[in-house]
Amino acid sequence: MTLAVFFGCTFIAFGPALGLFVFTIARDPLRIIILIAGAFFWLVSLLLSSLIWFIAVKASDPRDEPLQKGLLIFGVMFSVLLQEAFRFLYYKLLRKAIEGLVALSEDGCSPISIQQMAYVAGVGFGLMSGAFSMINLLADTLGPGTVGIHGDSQLYFLTSAFMTMVLIFLHTFWGILFFHGCEHRRWWEITAVVVMHLAVSGSTFCNPLYVGSLVPSYLLMATAAAWAYLLSGGSAQNLWRFLLCLRSGPSPQPGS
Amino acid sequence: QSRVGGRCGQSPVCPSLRRGCFFPPGSCQGNSVERKIYIPLNKTAPCVRLLNATHQIGCQSSISGDTGVIHVVEKEEDLNWVLADGPHPPYMILLDGNLFNRRVMLQLKGTSRVSGLAVAIAKPSPPQGFSPGLKCPNDGFGVYSKDYGPQFAHCNNTVWNPLGSGLSYEDFDFPIFLLEDANETQVIKQCYQDHNVPRDGSGPEYPLCAMQLFSHMHAVTSTVTCMRRSSLQSTFSINPEVIDLLSQYSIPLSACAFLTPPVHALQIDSHSFFWNIAPGAESAVSSFVTHLAAAEALHKASDVHLLQRNIMFTFFQGETFDYIGSSRMVYDMEKDKFPLRLDNIHSFVEMNQVALRNASVLWMHTDPVSRLNKSVEVQVRILLDILSNSSVGANVTLQEAGYSQPLPPSSFQRFLRARHIPGVVLTDHRTAFQNRYYQSMYDTPENIQMQYPEGLSPEETLEYVTDTAKSLAEVATVVARALYRLAGGANNTSAIQADPKTVSRMLYGFLIKMNNSWFQSIIKPDIKGILGDVPQHYVAVSSPVNTTYLVQYVLANLTGTVVNLTKEECLNPEKTPSSEKELYEYAWVQGSLEPNSTARVPYCVRSTVRLSKALSPAFELRQWGSTEYSTWTESRWKEIRARIFLVASKELEILVPWRCTRVVAACECLAAVQGLS
Repeated sequence: MTLAVFFGCTFIAFGPALGLFVFTIARDPLRIIILIAGAFFWLVSLLLSSLIWFIAVKASDPRDEPLQKGLLIFGVMFSVLLQEAFRFLYYKLLRKAIEGLVALSEDGCSPISIQQMAYVAGVGFGLMSGAFSMINLLADTLGPGTVGIHGDSQLYFLTSAFMTMVLIFLHTFWGILFFHGCEHRRWWEITAVVVMHLAVSGSTFCNPLYVGSLVPSYLLMATAAAWAYLLSGGSAQNLWRFLLCLRSGPSPQPGS
Repeated sequence: QSRVGGRCGQSPVCPSLRRGCFFPPGSCQGNSVERKIYIPLNKTAPCVRLLNATHQIGCQSSISGDTGVIHVVEKEEDLNWVLADGPHPPYMILLDGNLFNRRVMLQLKGTSRVSGLAVAIAKPSPPQGFSPGLKCPNDGFGVYSKDYGPQFAHCNNTVWNPLGSGLSYEDFDFPIFLLEDANETQVIKQCYQDHNVPRDGSGPEYPLCAMQLFSHMHAVTSTVTCMRRSSLQSTFSINPEVIDLLSQYSIPLSACAFLTPPVHALQIDSHSFFWNIAPGAESAVSSFVTHLAAAEALHKASDVHLLQRNIMFTFFQGETFDYIGSSRMVYDMEKDKFPLRLDNIHSFVEMNQVALRNASVLWMHTDPVSRLNKSVEVQVRILLDILSNSSVGANVTLQEAGYSQPLPPSSFQRFLRARHIPGVVLTDHRTAFQNRYYQSMYDTPENIQMQYPEGLSPEETLEYVTDTAKSLAEVATVVARALYRLAGGANNTSAIQADPKTVSRMLYGFLIKMNNSWFQSIIKPDIKGILGDVPQHYVAVSSPVNTTYLVQYVLANLTGTVVNLTKEECLNPEKTPSSEKELYEYAWVQGSLEPNSTARVPYCVRSTVRLSKALSPAFELRQWGSTEYSTWTESRWKEIRARIFLVASKELEILVPWRCTRVVAACECLAAVQGLS
């Protein structure tokens, strides 16, 4: 009955992202376009970084294990930097797009703000990253066997699903932080995003000691979430009102 | 990006980062996650489905493989866990080779708690003997029936294979595989020890070690049904064929014009319970090697070209399956499709299983029923006397099996069905077979006491003359001398000697390592791929098999002549005026290696060796349900493989993801409600 594992892991990994998509993105075609373009940018960054890594691996001795491990670490770090670079490029593109949208609109206002674009771009990055992380694993969950015959942890699929979920969230929040930093020329925000990304990627080298990778990632996600919330105009007061299901007048809703 | 994954070879991003242990990415084969889960078993042999006119035999798995929790059965008491006590059926049994007998197998056949079986080959071979063949091989297709010698039919008089359990002829609905590699068996046992051993009387806990076997067979019921379905499907081109006919080529060697030759024949194939595992050391190889040595010895005699009669050496394929080869040859002879006719056969000498002689005695079997005819009796008497005289001076004592004994299962019986030809079958047994591993995977070189000293290189082993080789060479000498006399030779036969060196080389090549320097030098360059490592002599469906090719080329090498033709002339002999293409076959063989070089010195061999198709006449006549001719067919299949892995408990698989999903879904519902409100 590994169909149960398949569906369970799929919904754990992609459920929240799917929720975000359905409730905040699906109704607006412009947001969908930005989402897909963002996913595509992430894909290109992955392609380039994996090309470099692949060349490096082919050019080296496959039997030298420390070298291969070193190449992998190098590959991961390089990929992180390239993803952030492509996020920057996407920011530039969206900035240009806003000018175009303003020109096309009747009232001189863009139908979508840069903060909304930042959020959607983040979700796009996250979804594509999650897809590439999880799809081949999900294909293997359909077979009769589970991980463990070589001594690996039995919770492999489950922890992978949770890791994917946290990464999708992280990409969303990093999108918001990064774009905010670029908008307001706060380089330390951009640096913080890059450092957080490197930290989360680096923590996965602790696997199979999953507490070493999942716990810091979730803590970082909580931090990034709070920061992104604050940068988007939220405050503790807003949060309190939201939880009490009260509508307040002049204060802007979080995320809009 | 912290996680990477993907199919190696399809995307440049290869192994997962989630490991302390590491896969070298440049050499990765296949999905790395799949390699975390499954251990494939590569050195296995499946049991496949074979069909005849009325039945199906062999094994079958479900279309997506059969999975079961592994249980190691090393003694009979372990079976109780599988059959009754174990809490996690169905089980996949790892059976010790010594328990692979009829009693255990019928117990397993009757239960639904067994989803498959893997047999670990027993080393050393079971001392009590093991034969999955029938007690009465090829019963009903030989010469004895209720109309001819009924007292001899159905082994009433002599049971030839008393150890035969008939296991190969049972039909199992679960897959059975043979584990050929002891290392893989050890891996499975280790997995079992780590996860599946019951502790303190209670069942083992999840995760459990499990095995999955894939051997789905397309054909069902019988040859009749299968051929009908195949012909329907191929008429409408819906599906690929579901069945293959067992067919091969038989090799007759004849010199010059076909007057009244004595025919010397035997079988070259074997079978065991498992597909393409048929070492056949005693049942097939020993006899055809002796046969080849006799052919070589005769060829070297100085006046062989002046003999009154010609000698035809024949090697039949498919004899294990109701005499496919010999029945086809007799049919061709009756229908005038073969250059020789049955009337023109002077006598018939056959060799069956000659390696396990007791006190150097070789038995001569004749057919008592045909000897009731006076003229046949006279000729048989002459034949027996010539054979006895030929053994003078050799370390072989020929004794007659007598009038009370029928013929053992042999190709000669098919010829007798058509004509009362005087003939003799030579064996090392008088009544029951000496071979205690007839048609099994244990009929190996050890069974015929082939032993080599330690520490020899492959070349040295090729040249080393074992005692078995010497003993077979003596038998070959006797047979060659007898054939010389039968063909009308008048001179002294003491010069006719079989060469033990040739016999050793052939035994080494056909039983231990096909890919040796001698075989490499005598085959054509374009088929050198047939020289695999471990020789098997199963008849199979793709023709010709390696054994047929090799016997053909060895025979050509031993009895042919080297002619001074260029490659072009050799490959196109019809262009050369004096080539006599109708009489001879020309082969361009690759030759041996030059010293200190990788280049070979090829040459042209002229011989009279030919291949003759050995497809059962039942298929020519389209009588799928024939009881006269062999109707054996082999099912087709798509994939055959085996692998082991861990299975998690149903609870872990369902509940944990389900609980997590419920939590996640609850959060989303909350968000949705808040968003909508």
